[in-house]
Amino acid sequence: MSAAIPSGVLAGFRHVDDAAHAIRELKALGYDDFTVYSPVPNHEIADAVGHRISPVRTWTLVGGLTGFGSGLLMTMWMSLDYPVVVGGKPIPSVIPYIVIMFELTILLGALATVTGLVVHAVKNRRAAAYDPHFTDDQIGVFVPCGAERRTAVQQLFQKSGAEEVRLEA
Amino acid sequence: MATTARPEPTAAHPPHPTYHEVTRDIAATLGSPKRGYFVLMGFVLTVLAAGALALLYQVRWGLGVAGYTPPVMWGVYITTFVFWVGIAHSGTLISAILYLFRSAWRTAVYRTAEAMTVFAVMTAGLFPLIHVGRLWYAYWLVPYPNQRGLWVNFKSPLVWDVFAVSTYFTVSTLFLLVGLVPDVASIRDKATGWRKKFYRITALGWRGTDQQWRHYTKAYLYMAALATPLVLSVHSVVSWDFAMSIVPGWHATIFAPYFVAGAIYSGVAMVITLIVPLRKVFRLERYITVMHFENLSKLLLLTGMIVGYAYGMEYFIAWYSGNPFERASFWNRAFGDYWWATWTMILCNGVLPLLLWFPKVRRSIPALFVMSLFVNLGMWFERFVIIVVSLSFEYEPYAMGHYTPSWVDWTVLAGSFAWFFMWFLLFAKNFPTVSITEVKEIIPMPRRRKEAPA
Repeated sequence: MSAAIPSGVLAGFRHVDDAAHAIRELKALGYDDFTVYSPVPNHEIADAVGHRISPVRTWTLVGGLTGFGSGLLMTMWMSLDYPVVVGGKPIPSVIPYIVIMFELTILLGALATVTGLVVHAVKNRRAAAYDPHFTDDQIGVFVPCGAERRTAVQQLFQKSGAEEVRLEA
Repeated sequence: MATTARPEPTAAHPPHPTYHEVTRDIAATLGSPKRGYFVLMGFVLTVLAAGALALLYQVRWGLGVAGYTPPVMWGVYITTFVFWVGIAHSGTLISAILYLFRSAWRTAVYRTAEAMTVFAVMTAGLFPLIHVGRLWYAYWLVPYPNQRGLWVNFKSPLVWDVFAVSTYFTVSTLFLLVGLVPDVASIRDKATGWRKKFYRITALGWRGTDQQWRHYTKAYLYMAALATPLVLSVHSVVSWDFAMSIVPGWHATIFAPYFVAGAIYSGVAMVITLIVPLRKVFRLERYITVMHFENLSKLLLLTGMIVGYAYGMEYFIAWYSGNPFERASFWNRAFGDYWWATWTMILCNGVLPLLLWFPKVRRSIPALFVMSLFVNLGMWFERFVIIVVSLSFEYEPYAMGHYTPSWVDWTVLAGSFAWFFMWFLLFAKNFPTVSITEVKEIIPMPRRRKEAPA
């Protein structure tokens, strides 16, 4: 992370319902720039944060269609570019080309999906404090805030049942 | 990412490990290897060197040293190519298809299966190159025009194969890497020294934030959805390398499903071969249980039955078609020069898996391990029988022949196993062979209040 970590409050939760509760409370207070860490994806947390559905699916669709289209155009054009005439049969033979179109649909679909994942994960990255427990067994919430709001956020976390609350200077 | 929870703890299902225990136990499998590892690696590298030397000898003196005898111009190399592509199939079956079916048990074994897939395709990919003889012309398979402006022939199954196998390699590698990222992050947060630096780079900045998971879970789902039809297509395409020609014994519509079932059958057997010692050495008995082996053996039984049925159907159709060439070809398989290969294949693949109807066998890890070795042997012979035996006994009696693999063939085959195990050994000591994140996912997150989430 190249960007400097902003000052704020970092809390670690052991219980998923506590963390979800704290997130809902934060949202009710109008915070929306917090970062939630969890060792595994969790629906309760995702619902509490309330994201819209990930745009990665558009990448998959566009990648897949591009693959299909390029497979179609490539096979057709390459057969027409140097026609091999066999007994007056049509030069491009679509049925065998479906294999190529299919494979390219999957190939470009998968490449686009991973590209979409990387692009969106990087785009939505926020500089935030972190603790190694968050990939092990704790759910973390980091709220960037100035000194004047720290106590309120700290109390919110403690009331919600945070295991550990830390001030990040 | 499976959401199905394990049953409540009972005597048969001991209590779940905690998240911390999962990280600790799986991270403990990594780290500095002991002497046994280096001895094993030394042996593997020696065999690999022997294979490489045999290959260099073949490059120097030409394909003639490989035992090819007209009309059998596809021999051990193509057999081994199909064998390794087949091995590769169960990885994506377990990681993608069982993921879409929400089978929670897959989480403990899928990483090993997926790594196996990638390394098996890497091994398989070498064989078309070895088989064409002049390795340095391998790029002729890529669609680009030759000096006269002629393009590759897209009606040829061999060109389909290039597309299918390279797509499969790319997609299964991406799938493995995407699955690894959160796990590597967990290990990064535990590791020390140079390993910490290594995992810091390979974790790609993963921290498990809400935004990362939001895109990750969707991307994983779509990858699984793309990989599922891909698995079924790749071995179908490989089977068409044979079925599209008019060689008796090859020209059959049953080939695609028959090859796919056989591929998954051999792949599951290889997964069992790999995880039995892995579980013992890494002390993963708590995560890979008898239940996992029983489920794998059910997959083995299912696909083995399909393979057995396909064997029966091949013989039936050869007789029922009334085609004298088909009939002669299949009579030759069972009672001709290569009867031993055919009966090895039938016994190992068609008869032996019937033992899996007994729950006692399915739950016995030593029995499954031995059986998995026989299945691997049988599946190699299946490809040998299909390829070599069919080619040696085509239409014209004066054009029939006999092929005996040479020492170069056998050494390159042994080298391919060494190549595969070299990658697997390197992987097993540097990356988690059981997914930390996905094993955690099937353990419910601790809650303070009892009520279910809204």
